[in-house]
Amino acid sequence: MPEGVVYTGIPSREELAACPGIPTEARMARGRVAVIECVQEIPCNPCESACRFGAIEIGEQLTALPRLDGEKCTGCGLCVALCPGLAITIVDKSFSATESTVDFPFEYLPLPGEGDTVDACSRAGETVCPARVVAVKKSPAYAGTAVVSIRVPTAFADEVRTMRRLPRREEDI
Amino acid sequence: MRVLHHPVLGDLTGQKTVTIYYGEEPVEAFEGEPVAAALLNAGIRVFRKTAKRREPRSVFCAIGRCTDCMMIVDGIPNTRTCVTAVRDGMRVQLQDGLAPVGIAPEAGGR
Amino acid sequence: MRKITAEIAVVGAGPAGLCAALEARLAGADVVLIDENRLPGGQLFKQIHKFFGSKEHRAGVRGFAIGQELLAQVSDSGARVLLDSLVYGIQPDKSMGLLTAGENCLLLAEKIIIASGAKENYTPFPGSTLPGVMGAGAAQTMINVNRVLPGARVVMVGSGNVGLIVSYQLLQAGAEVVAVVEGAPRIGGYGVHAGKLRRAGVPFYLGHTISRAYGDDGVRHVEIARLDERWNPVPGSEFTLDADTICLAVGLNPMTELVWMAGCQFDYIPALGGHVPLHDRNMETTVRGLYVAGDVTGVEEASSAMEEGKLAGVAAAEALGYLDARAAKEKKAEIEARLNRLRSGLFGEKRREAKETQLAAMQRARESEKEVV
Repeated sequence: MPEGVVYTGIPSREELAACPGIPTEARMARGRVAVIECVQEIPCNPCESACRFGAIEIGEQLTALPRLDGEKCTGCGLCVALCPGLAITIVDKSFSATESTVDFPFEYLPLPGEGDTVDACSRAGETVCPARVVAVKKSPAYAGTAVVSIRVPTAFADEVRTMRRLPRREEDI
Repeated sequence: MRVLHHPVLGDLTGQKTVTIYYGEEPVEAFEGEPVAAALLNAGIRVFRKTAKRREPRSVFCAIGRCTDCMMIVDGIPNTRTCVTAVRDGMRVQLQDGLAPVGIAPEAGGR
Repeated sequence: MRKITAEIAVVGAGPAGLCAALEARLAGADVVLIDENRLPGGQLFKQIHKFFGSKEHRAGVRGFAIGQELLAQVSDSGARVLLDSLVYGIQPDKSMGLLTAGENCLLLAEKIIIASGAKENYTPFPGSTLPGVMGAGAAQTMINVNRVLPGARVVMVGSGNVGLIVSYQLLQAGAEVVAVVEGAPRIGGYGVHAGKLRRAGVPFYLGHTISRAYGDDGVRHVEIARLDERWNPVPGSEFTLDADTICLAVGLNPMTELVWMAGCQFDYIPALGGHVPLHDRNMETTVRGLYVAGDVTGVEEASSAMEEGKLAGVAAAEALGYLDARAAKEKKAEIEARLNRLRSGLFGEKRREAKETQLAAMQRARESEKEVV
């Protein structure tokens, strides 16, 4: 299968490398920062106004790709919940000597609980490693989207983008 | 099957229920919902059979256009069940082939 | 026969019709808004995803929430709303037949805005008439409006935005999507929508088609085959999946019956879903005083439908003298700028070009009309 988002639904390595929403390795090592994997020119800009720090810029051309200013980004995570494409995560490679955190949007039931062990999954939905849930945030400002934070070995921080959906319990259907 | 809990839409609570009848079988429905939704929820999928080949048909468009979901409702044939709201005690029958002609409407249907 | 009169009659209370009625009413016109359904909103209330676009298009807000806001505004505006009411015909003199509250009425309006929307396409294959085969939009209505799962294991046919979004919403409602099947060699909709499904482990079969559905009283198994470069199934490539539901997301076509009946001129523009009525930049058709807005003018999405509705509402109000030329021009320019912003980029450009074709055809129709006169 050819690579690239139009063939797989997953941005290729090249597409990510050329994507202006991805922070530098050094910035990720310093602490929480948004990773905006938006590689197609679609008319959409809620991330720009979601950011209170002016760290995301799209500009007049609505289809321009969001450009991240890693210096201004505080990793607050509001953009994670407000991106209609669910294309933003927060990565923190400074979490511990060996571990990083990945915060991602999650719109399924049931939600995991803090401290639970879940399967961390890749962009292709494959299990990468077990992960511990650090936080589950649900704010009215998120408009129905939950943001889940998990910790994973730093070697997997660029690969993990979500968790496996949990089996629905009787009472959730 | 009901979607009682939903990550975006929240929980369904406080729905009033009514009973409709599919043939003789009572089917619980939410007040105001389309007949087709109540039947699908109850696992009933065959709404009518075609006139020539007696093939089963069910909901296709759910917006009242395709007429695949027509049934006999309170005696009125060719009723589009996807846009007809349930009423307590409503009688719904499979429409087998062409509906009989000349049935007097017993109650206001569509 | 009872007569119902209004300065402006808007037929269809979906996103386009609601916006048209609101704009016209706010300008001061006497407006009646008619919909055949029991509830207004058209297909807006089944859209539970966050909208794209920008703040001015309500981006980041979920579709149903936009619908709730619009309904409140319309009801505050003083527009008359007739629900469960069907406009079943229109005469050459633009008088309309209306069934409302069990009564056959004559509906007379100086200006008419038709916003009747679109319906889903169908694609035939052996077994495609079985119970369990339904439009993707129909499944979306069932899960998000009626809160009923039409099935437990779903095969989605089509990877445009409708197919991708409904697949995701089926997962959210608790169904499994066992495959997204797409005839083309590439995904049709936004990559970000496809990405959500990939992360959830949904398999995509590009360059594949459904060759057959099996089952007696409903779908039980689905056979899928690979397509060659000429879109013919490759013998021996078939495989079978267990599924009880097949959703067809193979495009929509405008519901133009009333517009045809009124005698409007049409053009065939595949990129807009088929036969579409010609209209000018005011959304006015070749029949003077009859406007169109939303998917009936060519299939796009809810955000552009809302903008087109506003355009028609402003233009109709202006034609009745409720807005002076300058105020109307200003409003229309703002709306058009917003429309152009939606019709841009990788996916929107094609629609913008198609709409330009439609406008150019309208121009020619008006010119030949002048020659005849």
